[in-house]
Amino acid sequence: MGEPPQLRAQFQRVAGPERRRIPCILDGQAITAYAGETILTAVLANRTTLRRFEFGPASRSGFCVMGACQDCWIALENGRRVRACSTLVEPDMRIVTAFDRAAGDADGEHADD
Amino acid sequence: MTDIVVVGTGPAGLRATETLVKAGLRPVVIDESWAVGGQIYRQPPLSLARPPKQLYGADARRAVAAHGRFDALRGCVDHRPDSFVWGVREGALDIVSRDLCTTVPWQRLILATGATDRVLPFAGWTLSGVYSLGGAQVALKGQAAAIGRQIVLLGTGPLLYLVAYQYAKAGVAVAAVLDTAPFSGQIRALPGLLLGGSTFLRGLSYLCWLRARGIAMHTGVEPLAALSDTRGSVRALRWKDARGEEHDTPCDAIGFGYGLRSETQLADLLGLEFAFDTRQRQWLPRQDEQGRASHPGIYLAGDGARVMGAAIAELAGERAACALLVDLGRTDCQARLQGLAKRIRRADRFRDALDNVAFPFPHQHIARAADDVMICRCEGITVGALRSASRTHGARELNRAKALSRTGMGRCQGRVCGAATAEILAAELRVGIEQVGRFRGQAPVKPISLAALAGGAAG
Repeated sequence: MGEPPQLRAQFQRVAGPERRRIPCILDGQAITAYAGETILTAVLANRTTLRRFEFGPASRSGFCVMGACQDCWIALENGRRVRACSTLVEPDMRIVTAFDRAAGDADGEHADD
Repeated sequence: MTDIVVVGTGPAGLRATETLVKAGLRPVVIDESWAVGGQIYRQPPLSLARPPKQLYGADARRAVAAHGRFDALRGCVDHRPDSFVWGVREGALDIVSRDLCTTVPWQRLILATGATDRVLPFAGWTLSGVYSLGGAQVALKGQAAAIGRQIVLLGTGPLLYLVAYQYAKAGVAVAAVLDTAPFSGQIRALPGLLLGGSTFLRGLSYLCWLRARGIAMHTGVEPLAALSDTRGSVRALRWKDARGEEHDTPCDAIGFGYGLRSETQLADLLGLEFAFDTRQRQWLPRQDEQGRASHPGIYLAGDGARVMGAAIAELAGERAACALLVDLGRTDCQARLQGLAKRIRRADRFRDALDNVAFPFPHQHIARAADDVMICRCEGITVGALRSASRTHGARELNRAKALSRTGMGRCQGRVCGAATAEILAAELRVGIEQVGRFRGQAPVKPISLAALAGGAAG
């Protein structure tokens, strides 16, 4: 494996040649993503979950990874909705993992993950 | 000049495209992805490239060849990557590309839309860290990322063993490979499987490789529940072995799936005739022996019309293109067309052995699912709510059950839940699965933004 296992991350990057870093922001924090990674990969290589489920007290982290299940839709800080598994990270992208945060609402009534 | 469009660039779409170009035509080739290859021959972004053997295993030669052939004829086609066909009607395809909508005219259409995993819910299947088998493969192949550090792979079908092999080869800890198919079935299937020639031998080699490395492998398994840690992520899979004993296998990710299901939404929107396929347990668009759909000018190829695997998909892509050419008056393609049709027909016995005997879809599991298991992961609907749609409210087919329970109303439009919903409803009504119908399709077949619809110029 390439990097030491990320304990608080779902996806584990596998070894490979040197990759160009793409700086982006996740929930206000700077994270490292690499050229060619999708938002799903970038988020899950730094977190254990992708988003809060809209209809219940749970977290979701994608499922099919190929644009079929539609379970990885999130919003960027500017409100743009993206399907995380099929959208590449771009430099200085600002990603949020809770729907309500992007809309500017107070955190919802769902239980914490 | 006839407007010819090929949708999809997996094994079938690529072969169809080549065949058309060799005949002097210039098709429009539409691909949802940014690079050709579909799922099985998926190309990672350049920055995440790895040697072909690592990416594709025994499919490496085919994959590299397919990519190379397309690269060679790039200038001869009107290639539209990163373009999704969200709607279709007579004479026109609606596509969205980078949030801009356009229309592509067609007079002849080859649909090579591929397939996705077929899944059956079990308790905890929507936890973070639980992915489809195909999803586990795409993460590794397409993104150079394992879905977790300690993985359980579950389900049935050749993909189960391929993904296990790829993960183990990549140095990821594979805690267990759990096949729901009974071992006895795999033995019984051998005569039929041997007809698969090199395809079968490849599958066998993955199995032997995994065994040789002491990776825990079991058959006749039934998944019981994915167990959660304190943060809503998977920490173990509880399952029952062939003897009925329960086990908990610790893991931080699960990849599961039971074969594939065809993506038939565009065929549906076109109003093509469908027929129930008993081997695949899915309604599929009718095709004749040469790949023609029920409506003139439309051709079907690959797993998107019937799951037959990549090698057959290549033949089917070529067959569809030949049928199209013959229909355009190119009688010189007739002999080739008949030869291809014959080869594909012969593959049926192998697929019967694979799908019915060696790796049967364990639909009987879902009939036993507890009421509180989630069936529709988009909307968070339980199996109990779905059963109630029929038990209490009299739904006798899928669309009514959907209207009453919301199952299938979510963003995935039944891609994920459709197979299981049909099985549950059929079990509830005690009828054959072909009696409960199929979800009616609607455009857009995947979510697109209103901004794209509003702002997109025509043509």
